[in-house]
Amino acid sequence: MTIATSTELICFLVLSTVIVLGSLGVVLLENIVYSAFMLGGVFMAVAGLYLLLNASFVAAAQVLVYVGAVNVLIIFAIMLVNKREELKPIKGLRLRRIVSGAVCIGLLVLLVRVAIITPWPLPGPIAIGEEATARIGEHLFTDYLLPFELASVLLLMAMIGAIVLARRDVYDSELLAGDDMKEGLIEQTPTPLLVDKSSP
Amino acid sequence: MFDLSQGILSLQAYLLLAAFLFCIGVWGLINSRNAVRVLMSIELMLNAVNLNLMAFSSYLDGNLIRGQVFAVFVITVAAAEAAVGLAILLSLYRNRVTVDMEQFNLLRW
Repeated sequence: MTIATSTELICFLVLSTVIVLGSLGVVLLENIVYSAFMLGGVFMAVAGLYLLLNASFVAAAQVLVYVGAVNVLIIFAIMLVNKREELKPIKGLRLRRIVSGAVCIGLLVLLVRVAIITPWPLPGPIAIGEEATARIGEHLFTDYLLPFELASVLLLMAMIGAIVLARRDVYDSELLAGDDMKEGLIEQTPTPLLVDKSSP
Repeated sequence: MFDLSQGILSLQAYLLLAAFLFCIGVWGLINSRNAVRVLMSIELMLNAVNLNLMAFSSYLDGNLIRGQVFAVFVITVAAAEAAVGLAILLSLYRNRVTVDMEQFNLLRW
């Protein structure tokens, strides 16, 4: 083993440890704010793995989009809905956890078996390394042009849809009633519209 | 498994890590009662799939790095999904004043 390969191995082990512990923390921690920050750590570690795989462009996109946008959005959502609430205990919770854990372990065993048994044609062709960014650009504007344009339309639709869904309705009557515009936009205590009309 | 004879990390290491991450995501998706945590579990699963795509692209695809292009598209779709999902969550919270997944039974017959 040369020093380069052992460095690569050490980097992989450190990053995979961060990913495993961080993902367990995301799922298992009680405080949702801690989970959100653990999720940011997992995203950063995955970006490090992309760097280890010679994909600097995708690593940068991962950091920008996931850590910079998605994680911040999740933290904003946590702050907007952050109300301490006592979750009502439901019956059969332990049984549900055990059954779903068994299903997930079964899925994990299946995936591990596939990954180990399948004869991958290794070593594959030589990777191109740092030319990957230019090659991604060529792909995006030649043979993946249609998905690229559709992705832009999808992002536009998602943006408009998110604005429409998350907007708080300010009725004309509230504004005409003499309230200042800013007063009308201050978050008031929400009136529950649909709370448990049919609950027994 | 780690194929130390050639001194390189093999594809299997990445695949095993991605499989573990995906299963953690599935477990969290099923068992979380906080709706925000459900969205975070979905992000974990998407990251696992991305990791698989990148590993295949690096080890098996040579200079046609189609896996990286797919990963970029998956990141795009994940960003759109997070935005719309959190908007739906805020709208739900405004109507039901809770984030408990067990209370969101509006469509149950």
